[in-house]
Amino acid sequence: MTDLTNRLRGSALTDRPSGTAPPPQASRRRRWSVGWTRSAVKHLSLCLLALVMLYPVLWMVVSSLRPNNEIFRRPGLVLESLQTQNYADGWEALASPFGHYLFNSAIVVLGCIIGNLVSCSMAAYAFARLEFTGKRMWFAIMLGTIMLPIHVIIVPQYIFFSQLDWINTFLPLIVPKLLATDAFFVFLMVQFIRGLPRELDEAARIDGCGHWRIFLQIILPLMKPALATTVIFTFIWTWNDFFSQLIYLTDPDLYTVPVALRSFVDSTVATSWGSMFAMSVVSLMPVFLAFLLGQRYLVKGIATTGGK
Amino acid sequence: MSALGDLRRIKGSTRGSPQKRDNRTALAFLLPWFAGLGLITIGPIVASLVLGFTDYNLIQPPKFNGVDNFTRMLSDERLHQALGVTFTYVMVSVPLQLACALALAMLLDRGLRGLAFYRSAFYLPSLLGSSVAIAVLWRQIFGAEGLVNQLLALVGIEGRGWISDPSTALSTLIVLNVWTFGAPMIIFLAGLRQIPIMYYEAAAVDGASKWIMFWRVTLPLLSPIIFFNLVLQIIHAFQSFTQAFVVSGGSGGPSDSTLFYTLYLYHRGFNSFDMGYASALAWLLLMIIAALTAVNFWAAKYWVFYDD
Repeated sequence: MTDLTNRLRGSALTDRPSGTAPPPQASRRRRWSVGWTRSAVKHLSLCLLALVMLYPVLWMVVSSLRPNNEIFRRPGLVLESLQTQNYADGWEALASPFGHYLFNSAIVVLGCIIGNLVSCSMAAYAFARLEFTGKRMWFAIMLGTIMLPIHVIIVPQYIFFSQLDWINTFLPLIVPKLLATDAFFVFLMVQFIRGLPRELDEAARIDGCGHWRIFLQIILPLMKPALATTVIFTFIWTWNDFFSQLIYLTDPDLYTVPVALRSFVDSTVATSWGSMFAMSVVSLMPVFLAFLLGQRYLVKGIATTGGK
Repeated sequence: MSALGDLRRIKGSTRGSPQKRDNRTALAFLLPWFAGLGLITIGPIVASLVLGFTDYNLIQPPKFNGVDNFTRMLSDERLHQALGVTFTYVMVSVPLQLACALALAMLLDRGLRGLAFYRSAFYLPSLLGSSVAIAVLWRQIFGAEGLVNQLLALVGIEGRGWISDPSTALSTLIVLNVWTFGAPMIIFLAGLRQIPIMYYEAAAVDGASKWIMFWRVTLPLLSPIIFFNLVLQIIHAFQSFTQAFVVSGGSGGPSDSTLFYTLYLYHRGFNSFDMGYASALAWLLLMIIAALTAVNFWAAKYWVFYDD
């Protein structure tokens, strides 16, 4: 169907009014074969480009399965024998087995997801459905904080958390999410709730529901797609986040995956790239899985709000 | 609908002024957000403004030192280096990244078979790009014996240590940022889809070539989206930290050639615990980003086209 419209468009572009048109049958066949060649060339170059884009990552995966000395000699992707020694070495290379850091990351990620889901959906309901004094101003402030770089506030934030004695706990990473500081998700959910028919709220209100019941029993179940987008983005961003985890976690026992990986790099400069690659691949696996499972939500989330 | 609205008004009036009631409910829904705004966002911004005028090392109480921190900036050569590196990085990598994003979005537009596959392949680097694992990979790829030099050797070119050479180290980070063009590409794709096909049909009737159509139809109608991407990516590029930190082993080297502003801020604040100066640096960053965004909005009047 889309092919057809495309071809129609194509013919609209090339057809010019002229007296000496060849018989329609022949011209259609020629045009079709020209179109076919062009689309074949296009697909070939797109595939090639996709390969170039993904080549470094593919090569890292392949190299992690090769003996260490081959990493500096084999630019290709062909794997002759499957070697899992790098994974075994890398897993045990740091003070704790790598699973420990995966577990720490999982705790932080889980806390952030719950925090964002609860606090951002509440704030979004207020902005989308309630009338209150200064609503426009507060909404503008909320939008402004989306753009605010964390580096601007990290110094006093660090002082504040160190006075609470929260350095080397997961609290500085999780508590801000419980307070809806990821305004990006508030905005995403506001946009979504605005798209839900108000008649539903009205009907519920006539039946005697208050705002809390409308929120919990009507709006929340209907905004599952927005919640799913929030879960996936929070997962990937928190999993990849390095800056705040580097600053707040200095006790090796509390290291999350990015911080552990970085200490791995610093402790083994250019000696065991194989095991470093292996652990890098391990650390990227969850992101890749989240990407596979949540592609639909990711694409929609970016297209509507311009996230990363 | 209007009947429902009337009913609501009646029902509301029996319970006192609806305006007042909503205020209290809104406060409850927004409580986490307000707490976060005060404690995690605005509080620290104000605090860092105050700390910017002090000498503070976390142990002794802050000592007021007037504008010392700001006069120190004027003669701080590493700061000037950091500003130079960051501006070069932003001004080179953002336009390149957006150009790639737009070019690919044009190729992928409308009715291409396998669109979902290509979109995913080009988008994946955006999700992985900010991770420590990819920075580790980059360190190998552009190392003296890395993948790039292995591939160059295949065609007989002798490479160099791209990362250990101060004249090329920043370029490897620029390549990394351009590599993550997938997110703006998806925003462009959504934008392209909103251009009514009839504009192209009308242009075709007038005998416009594809090139003319790109300049006269696509670009003007897409300019609001280009503007949106530009603002977003500039702010985002200013905050780059992980890649430079891991690739340079935390130092911003060789000879400060990858010393991003955020990296310098990190060194001052969290290595030297020079919190007063770091707060002043954070404010300078906020001012720079705000000024650049303001310039962007001002310039937008001259090139962004709103179709209404």
